[in-house]
Amino acid sequence: MSKATKKETPLTMDVFTAGIWKENPVFVMMLGLCPVLAVTNSVENSLAMGMASIFVLVCSNALVSALRNFIPKQVRITTYIIIIATFVTLVDYIIQAISLDLYNKLGAFIQLIVVNCLILGRAEAYASKNSFTKSVISALGMGLGFTLALVMLGGVRELLGAGQLLGYQIFSLNFQPWIVMILPPGGFIVLGSWLLLINYIEQRKTGKLIAEDSASHCTVSQSGS
Amino acid sequence: MANTPENEPNEVPALPSSFSLISTLGVVAMLSGFLVVLVYEYTKPIIAENQRLATERAIFKVLPKAKSRLTFIINEGKIELADDKAKGELIYAGYDANNQFVGLAINAAEQGYQDIVKLLYGYQPDKGCITGYDVLKSTETPGFGTKITSDEEFLANFNCLDAKVNQEQTALINVIKTVRHGTKKNAWEVDAISGSTITSNAVGRMFNQSGQALHPIIAQHLSLLKTAKQQKGQP
Repeated sequence: MSKATKKETPLTMDVFTAGIWKENPVFVMMLGLCPVLAVTNSVENSLAMGMASIFVLVCSNALVSALRNFIPKQVRITTYIIIIATFVTLVDYIIQAISLDLYNKLGAFIQLIVVNCLILGRAEAYASKNSFTKSVISALGMGLGFTLALVMLGGVRELLGAGQLLGYQIFSLNFQPWIVMILPPGGFIVLGSWLLLINYIEQRKTGKLIAEDSASHCTVSQSGS
Repeated sequence: MANTPENEPNEVPALPSSFSLISTLGVVAMLSGFLVVLVYEYTKPIIAENQRLATERAIFKVLPKAKSRLTFIINEGKIELADDKAKGELIYAGYDANNQFVGLAINAAEQGYQDIVKLLYGYQPDKGCITGYDVLKSTETPGFGTKITSDEEFLANFNCLDAKVNQEQTALINVIKTVRHGTKKNAWEVDAISGSTITSNAVGRMFNQSGQALHPIIAQHLSLLKTAKQQKGQP
């Protein structure tokens, strides 16, 4: 029974920041795309869905991490689902208490956070293997990254689809809204465009690094010879 | 020599007892139930108040001349005074500053394109007119179905949509129906929005169903609705 316990990696800033950009759940891991495409037709909806997801992600990861040594492997997924469903139910009541209008706008997508693979994925892959603090910080980073992605999509879609941002008119009233942007195809178009742009920038950055690396190798070998 | 799978003892992890599995799920479910009940009890009055405010806002929007209101319930062909928490078919009568009856606000619902569309509409029983509505719940397609709240031509249908009751007080004189955009000829027809026919049809259908079911009963009890506020003697 004497098995060496796995040494946990130290808590660094990277635990928090990874989820925001380097391992962004939407743009890098492509997780939870159903609400990403469905509710991002305005910045307000995106922010509300982002906040709800952060709440569920942080609370469920905290509880999963706190109970990780007591949950038998055989029933872990069932247990995680119960925990996640609990926090989704709570967030459902809380949003109704904050604003009925917002609740009606988000429709069934609040309840559908239960099946968002980002939440279950983080519970299984991270919170069940890491300390309470690290799990909470990582969940917060992931949640912020998810919200950032939702707002990036929602901003473009609301701007082009309605000429507004957060309800404020940005383009002149002569602007003909691109209705397609606030319809489901608009979600695919904007997500695809963001992925194209982000991957293009990443590739250029990687190419530059490789070029710099090989250039420095050449200089070293020349000076060596 | 390094430990390889061949020379390691063939260990199968012991399966936890059923009790351990069941008790884990039981404890987590109890914790879950406790949290849900706690938040439900805390938010219940706030949600009820939000719903009351939303209804209140909608009533005074569809009855702009009203300064106060009374709630009635329609039950087995009869209309009785009720409170907002009563379960059943509720209608709201609006009264001006002199306690004079100004109209009714009535709930209506029908399947739209995405989901059920719920409206509260204003009705003037004296004139037999539907005079506007407020959308209580709608998840219709943005830019199409949502035009029922913003399309001026469509909203003009409800300056006075004919919903008069026949002499026998059994049904509407004319069936309210939605017609293709630009083909409206009669006051009881709803001119559809081009491009969002399904939602326009749903609006027409819900007014007809609600009108056929409720307007005759309202006509039979109109004197009660008109005098209830004065009899109650409240400001």
